[in-house]
Amino acid sequence: MYHKTMPYRIFSVFNYFLLAIISIGCLLPLYHLLMVSFSDTSAANAGLVTFWPIGFTLDAYVKTFDNANFITSLWVSVKRTILGTALALAVNSAAAYALSKDNRVFRGRNIYLWYFVITMLFNAGLIPSYILILKLGLLNNLLALILPGLVSVYNLILLLNFFRTVPKELEEATFIDGAGHFRSFISIYLPISLPALATIALFTMVGHWNSYFDGLIYMKGVENLPLASFMQTLIVQGSTTGFDPAVIANMSQRTLRASQIFIGALPILIVYPFLQRFFVKGIVIGAVKE
Amino acid sequence: MDQMMTSDPNIKAARIANKQKGNRVPWVLHLMVLPAALFVFVFSYIPMSGIVMAFQDYKAALGITGSPFVGLKHFRYMFENDYFMKITWNTVLFACSKIVLNLIIPFGFALLLNEVRNMGFKRSIQTLVYLPHFLSWVTLGGILIDLLAQTGIINLFLTNVFGIKPIFFLGDGTWFRLTIIFSDVWKEFGFNTIIFLAALAGINPALYEAAEVDGASRLKQTMHITIPSLIPILIVVATLALGNVLNANFDQVFNLYSPMIYQQGDIIDTFVYREGLLSGQFSFATAVSLFKSMISLILIVVSYRLAYKFAGYRIF
Repeated sequence: MYHKTMPYRIFSVFNYFLLAIISIGCLLPLYHLLMVSFSDTSAANAGLVTFWPIGFTLDAYVKTFDNANFITSLWVSVKRTILGTALALAVNSAAAYALSKDNRVFRGRNIYLWYFVITMLFNAGLIPSYILILKLGLLNNLLALILPGLVSVYNLILLLNFFRTVPKELEEATFIDGAGHFRSFISIYLPISLPALATIALFTMVGHWNSYFDGLIYMKGVENLPLASFMQTLIVQGSTTGFDPAVIANMSQRTLRASQIFIGALPILIVYPFLQRFFVKGIVIGAVKE
Repeated sequence: MDQMMTSDPNIKAARIANKQKGNRVPWVLHLMVLPAALFVFVFSYIPMSGIVMAFQDYKAALGITGSPFVGLKHFRYMFENDYFMKITWNTVLFACSKIVLNLIIPFGFALLLNEVRNMGFKRSIQTLVYLPHFLSWVTLGGILIDLLAQTGIINLFLTNVFGIKPIFFLGDGTWFRLTIIFSDVWKEFGFNTIIFLAALAGINPALYEAAEVDGASRLKQTMHITIPSLIPILIVVATLALGNVLNANFDQVFNLYSPMIYQQGDIIDTFVYREGLLSGQFSFATAVSLFKSMISLILIVVSYRLAYKFAGYRIF
């Protein structure tokens, strides 16, 4: 038994130690900034805060929530995330079901598949996509944030591969009972694929919540910006839109920014435990073929 | 072979279903693909026609049909442009460093994690290192801007402990490059271990048992069983990464860079954004991004062929 030998024991202690250091080190930056966000302005500005809040206050959070633009953009983000995820699931899973059929059952399946895969290999790029949204009159429209990325060929293939692992006998039985493809999709495939669907739903939600660039280029008014885009203008570009100038003068940009970073990331941190439970399973399942 | 296939009960049953609906053509299946096909057509295929702009002097007032053709003017200008060469080099440098480090580090980390026998500890480590993957570059960019500032905690630490003058991490070209590469590793290395951990779980335990019987040490087992078992998946991941040689990660660079370090930090995607959407040089920006898309297309096709050839890898 190798793990009883002395060299291995020494290695093991060293290994546990190293892994602990690395993984804690991964989150230390986040932790430090969280402490800054809870700290008193002057302490934060003087660089006194390390791993403990100094002069504990929630002032920065209160100020951020007081910003009316913040609340409107939060609402835009919620809308795009819910609508975008629901639509994406419906469209992608229906297509994945049809494409999971054998080419002899669904003639044209391979043609469709290539039609989708080509978009994975080659895309028109930023400018033509922007001009399309412009021509469609979707600027300042929530749909501009939802429709362009609706079909995720990657997720489609993941689901397709998952659908193929569903025992054929189940579907066979529904066919013999007179059900059609749509019925078999709704009552057999969807319920049985819940783990895979949940994984994809969570990934899509995280994607929507985190996506900021589309909002930045397609939404011209501050009131239409999703939270991630609004945060980008505040945190990275250092804009002060929607804040009372007097507040800005009295506040440290530093604690304010730190609080904004955490408010923006909070939903992700909340769903993360669920995400983690699903994603490993989902990825591994999706990778299994035939 | 074909006969055997047609007697497949699933296909038979599906054909029965098709017939019962009175159709030789399974129109339901077509209908189910239709929405996805339509969205892809509008938002992926129609923009492809916009690529014509790269060969025009596009004016918004004249539109794609009315703007004058200029042939390869923009491409000629692009290749004669020193700055374009610089950003291409930056792009390749960032992308390749990330690809290599994001293969080696997760590989090593997965091997170390594999030696942890305490499942609770192992899961906690995984929870911690996967997290940054799910945070956006706006969040992480904001954190890095604060941490790496002149008065940020990292510079305070360096000054107080080592007596070094504050480093201008995001304002000095070389430091900026290092920051880009290592912050990407920070975000992704944990998540990238998943694929190796999955492969590790798939190794036949009988191999280790046999090695135990022969008295092989754990190091020997790792060298002769674990690592060789991971090589195929390593090759697949490495080959597929070839398609990303021009993807330096727009979101990351966009949230961290500033005009001060454009020479060492600007990449193709951020350049296209500035030229196109900020300066209104639609045609030139389209030409630059078309160049990138074409090279990427070639690389992806080659990488998939190689992955198929070496490891029998197929996506569907």
